[in-house]
Amino acid sequence: MTEAVGIEHYLVVGAILFVLGVLGIFINRKNVIVILMSVELILLAVNINLVAFSAAKGDLVGQIFAMMVLTVAAAEAAIGLAILVIYYRGRGTIAVDDVNRMKG
Amino acid sequence: MIQTLAFYLLAGLVIASAVMVILSRNPVHSVLWLILAFFNAAGLMVLVGAEFIAMLLVIVYVGAVAVLFLFVVMMLDIDFAAMRAGFVKNFPLGIAVALILLAELGLGIGAYGAGGLELGASDEMAPVRDDVSNIASIGALLYDDYIILFEVAGIILLVAMIGAIVLTHREPKPGARGRQDIGKQISRRPEEATVLKNPEYGKGVEL
Repeated sequence: MTEAVGIEHYLVVGAILFVLGVLGIFINRKNVIVILMSVELILLAVNINLVAFSAAKGDLVGQIFAMMVLTVAAAEAAIGLAILVIYYRGRGTIAVDDVNRMKG
Repeated sequence: MIQTLAFYLLAGLVIASAVMVILSRNPVHSVLWLILAFFNAAGLMVLVGAEFIAMLLVIVYVGAVAVLFLFVVMMLDIDFAAMRAGFVKNFPLGIAVALILLAELGLGIGAYGAGGLELGASDEMAPVRDDVSNIASIGALLYDDYIILFEVAGIILLVAMIGAIVLTHREPKPGARGRQDIGKQISRRPEEATVLKNPEYGKGVEL
């Protein structure tokens, strides 16, 4: 990493993105699409942290980790949206605050 | 200097577009802001020398995941105004939790910045080298040391793909238009499919 911008700056960006993702889950309780997007933001924050540490310590394994996080994020988005589509087909709405069919 | 400037530009845009993702009224706009956030995050990663992850972000997130989101948002006919109902009610709790979380993360980073924490040293198993490009070294690492992890990632994607198809696939109704009946197709013979006619000049044929 260049000395101009230290690792703390990247960690701060990652922390703010993570918090924004959590906040997005809280304030968009009904809209499951935005909740899924907030989860993507959280995973992006994790990726920024992994890559920043990888660059700061000069160790490429962090970037391999980031790739795996990316893979899982893509799989999660595909499955999440598929569940959303079948939920919409059955109920005609995607309001998730009254999802209680499984009595969990 | 230029790097500091680029960092603050990209970081500011990432955070601004993340705010717009969670605040915009229309989920289509949210997806577009998400795309901007991913582009700027890719820029941040180029800045630290992780070009491969940056390209993956653009290709996988912008090219696949965000487009998938756009498809779903536009395919489902949803009253988005009703979705905003709990917005004000949940806002104070959300802000409280977010501030607590931010304070905790800020304490951690502040402790590191003040020198209170010592990061462990790299074990030099996979050093970043200046004479090898980022993609070449990640490729070497991925295909020698982390080949099992790579294969498992492939399996995860395969399972996710099959799962998404199985979840959303609908058997067409029997007799529906366009439905393929394989037995009928292969038992078809030329004699029953074609008729030879020899019409008189100027007359049509009745089939």
